[in-house]
Amino acid sequence: MKKHTIVALVQDRPGVLTRVAGLIRRRGYNIESLAVGHSEQPEISRLTLVIESDHVEQVVKQLYRLIEVIKVSDVTDDPIVEREMVVLKLHAPSSVRHEIVSMSGVFEAKIVDVGASTMIVEMTGTPSKVENFIEVVRGYGIKEMMRTGRIAMVRGARGHNASEYVENTNGSGVVPTLN
Amino acid sequence: MSEQMTGAQIMCEALIREGVEVMFGIPGGAIMPFYFAMWEYRDRLRHVLCRHEQGAGHAAEGYARSTGRIGVCIGTSGPGVTNLVTPIADAMMDSTPLLAICGQVGSHVLGKDAFQETDITGITMPITKHNYLVKDANELPYVFKEAIHIATTGRPGPVLIDITKDAMQKSIVPNWDVKLNLPGYKPTYQPNRKQIREALKLLLQAKKPLIIAGNGVIMSGAADELRHFAEKLRIPVITTLHGIGSFPEEHPLSIGMPGMHGWVHVNRAIQTCDVLFNIGGRFDDRVTGKASTFAPNAKVIHVDIDPSEIGKNVKVTVPIVGDARATLLALLEEMPAREELADLHSAASDWMEHIREMQDKHQGKQQYVNRADTLHMTLPPHDVYQKINQTLALRGNYRVVTDVGQHQMWAAQLMDWNAGPRTHITSGGAATMGFSVPASLGVAIAHPDETIWVICGDGGFQMTNQEMATIHQEGIKNIKVAIINNGYLGMVRQWQELFENKRYSGTPLSGPDFAKLAEAYHWKGITVEHSDQVQAAIDEAYATDGPVLIDFRVEREVNVFPMVPQNASIGDMITVDPQAS
Repeated sequence: MKKHTIVALVQDRPGVLTRVAGLIRRRGYNIESLAVGHSEQPEISRLTLVIESDHVEQVVKQLYRLIEVIKVSDVTDDPIVEREMVVLKLHAPSSVRHEIVSMSGVFEAKIVDVGASTMIVEMTGTPSKVENFIEVVRGYGIKEMMRTGRIAMVRGARGHNASEYVENTNGSGVVPTLN
Repeated sequence: MSEQMTGAQIMCEALIREGVEVMFGIPGGAIMPFYFAMWEYRDRLRHVLCRHEQGAGHAAEGYARSTGRIGVCIGTSGPGVTNLVTPIADAMMDSTPLLAICGQVGSHVLGKDAFQETDITGITMPITKHNYLVKDANELPYVFKEAIHIATTGRPGPVLIDITKDAMQKSIVPNWDVKLNLPGYKPTYQPNRKQIREALKLLLQAKKPLIIAGNGVIMSGAADELRHFAEKLRIPVITTLHGIGSFPEEHPLSIGMPGMHGWVHVNRAIQTCDVLFNIGGRFDDRVTGKASTFAPNAKVIHVDIDPSEIGKNVKVTVPIVGDARATLLALLEEMPAREELADLHSAASDWMEHIREMQDKHQGKQQYVNRADTLHMTLPPHDVYQKINQTLALRGNYRVVTDVGQHQMWAAQLMDWNAGPRTHITSGGAATMGFSVPASLGVAIAHPDETIWVICGDGGFQMTNQEMATIHQEGIKNIKVAIINNGYLGMVRQWQELFENKRYSGTPLSGPDFAKLAEAYHWKGITVEHSDQVQAAIDEAYATDGPVLIDFRVEREVNVFPMVPQNASIGDMITVDPQAS
C-alpha cells in the first residue's frame, strides 16, 4: 500500500485529535505518524498525517465529515518540504565520543547532552535523512529514541493559509471550549 | 433578556427557540436540574416519559422521520445514556436528525469514576454526527444552536450534548446573540451545473436508463420534483427500502424495490441497465449485493449530499454532490426541448416493456400475494398483509411503522406504497429490532389525526413492548399494532433453513399471550389464528377508540422470497415458483 502524506487544518477545539485518530482507526486505515500543533491562526490547528492506504480519497472524504475539519489535502505528489525530528540517547563511552561527534557533524545533528557514558543527539531533516542517521548511529547502541511525527508544508504560494478560514467568532464573545 | 437563568432554564429556552415542542426521556440524578426547570416550561415543551431510554430514542426518531423536524430524547448519566446508544447508532445509519441530551456528573468529579459516570462523548463519537461535553452554562446557548443546526442540515444525523450537573444548576445571564462559527461545516446543497449537464447528456443517450430513489429524496422533500423528472424522461423508478414513499408505486414508471429482497425484475433491470441514476441512496450492500458485480453495464450517476458516499461502494461516472431537491430542480431547468427527448422516449418505452415482461414472468407482487405454496396454510402471513393493505387503501390517512426482519421485508414487498413520503418508517441501515413500537409513539404524537399502524415480529416486539405503558399513559389512541407472530426469530431461521441445513440454533421463540399482555397495559388485544378472522380483527381495531394490538399467529416457517444470498450478485436470486405448491 502506498504511503500518503495528508495535511489538514482543523478547528482548535478539545477532542479534535481523538476524532481524527478514531475516524482513521474505525475506517480501517493505519496511521504511521500524526503531528499536530498550532497554525498561524490562534483558533486553527494544523496537522500532518502519514497513512498507508490505497483508498486515500475515501480517507480525505471521511475526514471532511468531521465537523471541525476545515481543509484536507493529500500532498504526497505535491512539491513539499517534509521534516521530522529525532532525539537519540546513545551509548557513548569516551572511546567512541569523537566518532559520534564527527558523524553528527556530517548529518548536521546537535549534541544536546553529554553524560558519563551517554550522549543525547538531536537531528532534524527529511524523513529519509533521519532514517539514514539512525542507521548510521545504531552501531553505537541506541539506549532511547524518540521521533516526532512527520510535518509537511507545500512549497511556494500554493498551500493552506489558515487565515482564509477564520470567520467572525461567535458573537457572544465566548470561545466554545467543547469536549 | 438580562435576567439570570439557570443552565437548565437556558436549555429549555434554547429548545423552544429552535422550535422544539416535544421531548422523550427518563429523568435520573445527573439530569434532575433539567427536569426541575422543564416543569416551568411544560405548556410549551411537552415531555413524554418513556419506560426505557432506548424507547425514548426511537420515539424521537419516529417523530423526526415522520415530520422532518428534529427529534429530542433525554437520558441521565451512566446507564441512562448508554441505553440511548442504540437509537443514536440507528439515527446515524439512517440519517435521522436526532438530539440526545444527557446529564453528566458534576465537573468537579468528572473523570473520577463518580456515581453513574460514563464517558458518553467518547462512547458516541463514532455514532454521532457531532457531540459536545458542556461544563460551563455560558456555552449552552451557542452549543444548542450549533447542535441543532448540525443535526438538521446537510446529511442529517444524531448530535449528543452531555451537560454536567453543575452547568445546569449555575445561574448566569445568558447571551443569546450567538453566531455560528463552523468554518469546516458547509454542506453543499446546490449541485455543480457542469455535472448536471454531464448527467443529462448520459441520460439522453441511454437506451436502458434507471432511477434509484433513496431516503435523500424524502428528506429533501423532492418527491414532486422526482416525479416530474422521471415523467419528463420516462425513466423507470426503483425505490429503495428508505426510498419507499418517494415515488408512488401505482405510478406507471414505478417498478419496485431492489436488493436482497427486491423483485427479480428490478434486480435484473439493474444488471442490464446502461445508465443508473441514483438520487439520495447510498448503495448499501443490501441493495448492491456483491458490489463488484453490481450493474456491470451501467454508467452510474450518483447524487448525494454527503461527498463521502460517492464512490464508496460503487464506481461512479458522474458524481453530483448536492441536495436531492436542488439537484432535481437543476436537472429540470437544464432539460432540453421535448424534440431532443424523442430518442430517449422511444428507447425508454421498449425498455419499460422489457421490464414489465420480466415482471410478468418472474415473481412480482401480484403473483406473490397469492403464492400457491401458501394456499394450504391456515394463516399465511401474506393474507395479513393483503387485508391490511386493502384496508389502508380504502380508509387512507395512515402511516406504517415496521420493525426488523421477515415481517419488515413482507411489508415493503407486499403492500402498495402510495401514501407519499414519510408514511413508511422503518429501521434500515442499523436494522434495530425493537424499533417499531417506540417509534410509533413519536409518529402518533406528531400525527394525532392519522392511524399509525405498527407491523412487527414477535421477536422485535418483545424487545421494547413496555412502551405500551407510555402510549397508554399519554392517552394515545391512534396506534394499532399487528404482530406477525411466527414463534421464531424468523429471518435468522430462514437463513438457517436455506444455508445452515435447518440448524435452528437460538431462533425458536416463545412469547406471552400478546392479547392478554395488551389488555394488561389497558390496550385492546385481539388474537387471530385463521385467515377468515383477519379482516374482522382489522375492522375491530379501527372501531376501537384506543390502542389495539392484534396477535396474528401466522404459519411458522414461511420464507421471504425472492432473496439474494449474502455476498452474491443481485442477478442470482433465490425464488420460488409462484405457481408451485
